Amino acid sequence: MSSALLKPLPRWADVVLLPLLNLALAFVVSGLVVLAIGQDPLAALNAIVTGAFGNGYNIGYTLYYSTNFMFTGLAVAVAAHAGLFNIGGNGQAYIAGLGVIAVALPLQFLPWWITFPIAIVAGAAVGGLWGFIPGWLQAKRGSHVVITTIMFNFIAAAIMVYMVVNVLKPAGILAPESAMIAPEGRMPKLGAFIPWFKNTDVNFTLILALICLVGAYFLIWHTRFGFAMRALGQNPTATRYAGMSNSRIIMIVMTMSGALAGMVAVNQVFGVQYRLVLDYVADAGFVGIAVALMGRNHPVGILLAAILFGALYQGGNELQYVIPGLSKEMVVVIQALVILFTGAMEGLFRPGLQRIFMALSPRQKAGAIEANSVKSGG
Amino acid sequence: MNFISKHLGALAAGVAASVLVAGAAFADPAVIYDLGGKFDKSFNEAAYNGAEAWKKETGGTFTDLELQNDAQREQALRRFASQGANPIVMAGFSWGTALGTVAAEFPDTHFVVIDAVVDAPNVQSIIFDEHTGSFLVGAIAALKSQTGTVGFVGGMDVPIIHKFYCGYAQGAKAANPNVKVIENYTGTTPAAWNDPVTAGELTKAQFDAGADVVFAAAGGSGLGVLQAAADAGKFSIGVDSNQNYLHPGSVLTSMLKRVDVAVQNSLTDANFKPGLTVLGLKENGVGYALDEHNQALITEDIKTAVDKFSAEIQSGAITVHDYTVDNTCP
Repeated sequence: MSSALLKPLPRWADVVLLPLLNLALAFVVSGLVVLAIGQDPLAALNAIVTGAFGNGYNIGYTLYYSTNFMFTGLAVAVAAHAGLFNIGGNGQAYIAGLGVIAVALPLQFLPWWITFPIAIVAGAAVGGLWGFIPGWLQAKRGSHVVITTIMFNFIAAAIMVYMVVNVLKPAGILAPESAMIAPEGRMPKLGAFIPWFKNTDVNFTLILALICLVGAYFLIWHTRFGFAMRALGQNPTATRYAGMSNSRIIMIVMTMSGALAGMVAVNQVFGVQYRLVLDYVADAGFVGIAVALMGRNHPVGILLAAILFGALYQGGNELQYVIPGLSKEMVVVIQALVILFTGAMEGLFRPGLQRIFMALSPRQKAGAIEANSVKSGG
Repeated sequence: MNFISKHLGALAAGVAASVLVAGAAFADPAVIYDLGGKFDKSFNEAAYNGAEAWKKETGGTFTDLELQNDAQREQALRRFASQGANPIVMAGFSWGTALGTVAAEFPDTHFVVIDAVVDAPNVQSIIFDEHTGSFLVGAIAALKSQTGTVGFVGGMDVPIIHKFYCGYAQGAKAANPNVKVIENYTGTTPAAWNDPVTAGELTKAQFDAGADVVFAAAGGSGLGVLQAAADAGKFSIGVDSNQNYLHPGSVLTSMLKRVDVAVQNSLTDANFKPGLTVLGLKENGVGYALDEHNQALITEDIKTAVDKFSAEIQSGAITVHDYTVDNTCP
C-alpha cells in the first residue's frame, strides 16, 4: 500500500495523539540514555516534572521560559502560514535587544509602564527589520529565506558581540554586558504582585505573549490580510492571479515574524536581566520551530507546546540540582531528544497511525452496518 | 485499575522519598562553575578540585552546578539560595552584576565570589595577584627561551587577562631586557574560554614568528596551546591549575592561581569574611608549579633567579604593574 493511498488522520489524532506519541517516544529514548549512564530514569522524569510544576517557584520559571517560546513559535507560525520558513528567529530575537536597550537606558528615569510599550515598539522595530531584510531579498531578489535568515543569525551574533563588548560595556566592568537599567526604571516581576511566583523571572511580557497569541489568531483567520497570506502560502500563482502583490505580502509577513521574535528581547532585556548580556536568546529561536510544528501553527497549539518546552527547559535545569550525576551536557541531550522527536521527526508515527486508523475504521463501519441490518431484518 | 493505583502509590512514595533526599541536602554549601565547564583542566577544574579537597578534609557534602549560558546566573544563584545552600561559592569574573542582585534578595546567605568584587555585607570577594605570578613565569619563559621571543595566548580579551599579560611581559623583560613578547587572544566572548582550536592555531603562528615558549592564560582553550607546543617540540606554560602533567617535557611550568585553595577554604562557613580578600605570592595564592614532570626543565639557575624575583616582589623591591588599576600596560 503506497502512502499516497493513506487517508489523512482525524483531526483529534493529528493534533493530540500524534504529539503525545512523539513525546512518549522522546521520553523513552531519553530514559534509555539516562539508564545507560547509570542513573534512574524514573527519578529523572520525576525531577523534570516537579522541577517544572512542583510549586509557584517552578511554575514561575516554566512560564518565563514559555514566554520566549510563545514568541518564537508564533514568529515561525505566522511566516509558515504564508509559506515562508523563518529560521532566523534566533537572530531576530537577539538583535532586537539592541532596540530594547537603546530606549530602556536613556529612559530609565521614567516609570516602567511608560518605558514598557516603548521598549516593545523598539524591540519589534529592530527584530522586524531583521526579518524584513530577508523578506525583501526573497520578494525582490528571489534569495530563499531559509538561507538568508540562517545567515542573518550569524550576522546578528557578530554584531551583538561587537556592540556589547566595544560600545555598550561600561568601562571598569570585566563581564561583557551593558550598563544596568536604574532600579526606579525596572519593570517589576509578577512575583511582586502574585507572591506565589516568589522571586522568579516571569514578568508582564507573559501577558504580552498571550495578547500576541490572540492577536495572531484574529490576524490569520479573521482579517483580509490573514486571508491573503494564507492564500499565498497555499498557492502563490492564485494570489498573483487574484491581483495581490506577493512580494508585498512576503515583506510584511517577514517583518511581523521578526517583530514577534524580537519580543523575546523585551522579556529578557527589559523584563529579566535589566541589561544586555551575550547569548540571552539561548536558542529560543530554534526551539520556536519545534513549538510551531508541534502546535500545528495554531495559537492554541503554540501556547500548549510553548508551555511544554518551557517545562522541559526549567525541569531540565532542575535535573542538575536534584541528580548531580547528570551533567549539563546530559540535560542538553535530553532536551535535544525531545526537540528531535516532537519537532524534526514529528511525522515518524503518521503513516503507521494512518494505517491503524484505516484498518480499524472500515471494520467498525462494517460492524455497525451489519448490526443495523440484523436489527431491521428481525 | 488496581494495577494503576498500586503503581501510582509507588510513584508517590518515590516522589516523597526524593523530596526527603533533597531535604537532607539543605544547608550544604554550593559551588557554581563558569562557562568553561567543570572539567576545563584549568580555572573551573581548580574550583572543582578545591571542593573535592574540602569534601575529603571535612567529610561534608556540597552541591555544584555548571552554568549553561550567561542569562542563567541569577536563576542559578536564586535556586541554591532558596534551597538553603550556605555558603554559595562561585568562580568567575562575570558574576558581579548577578550576584549584586541576588545577594540583596538573600541577606542571610553567605556568598563567596572569586575574581570579581561585589560590595555587599553578605559577600566575600576573593581576588588574586595574577600579575605577580605571571611575572615569575614570564621570567622563567625568558630565561628558557633560545630565540629570545616568548608568546602569550590569552582567552577572552578582558582586563583580567591583560593583567596576566602585563605581569608576564614585565617578568620576561626583567629576566632578559631584549626579549620580544607576542600577544594574542582567542576571542571577545565567553566562548573564547573553550576554544582550543583557535588557541592552537594562534600558538602555531607565534612559533612561526620565532617564539619558543608560549604562556596560555585561556582557561579550557589553553589545552590547545599546550597541545600545539607538545606537537612542535616547543615549550608551553599552563595556568590556574598545575598542568605540568598534561605534556611532561613540554609544559615548562604552570602559573598557579590557587582557586582550589580559595574554594576549599570558602566552603567552610566559619571562614566567611565579608569584604575583599587579596591572595598573592605571600599567601601562596599565586606562584609557579615545580614537580616531577618539569624538574628536568627548570634548571638550578632558573630556579635561583626566579626565587630571587619572588623574594624581591614580596619585599617590595620590585613593583609589578597591575593592569586593572589604570587599564594600561607599560
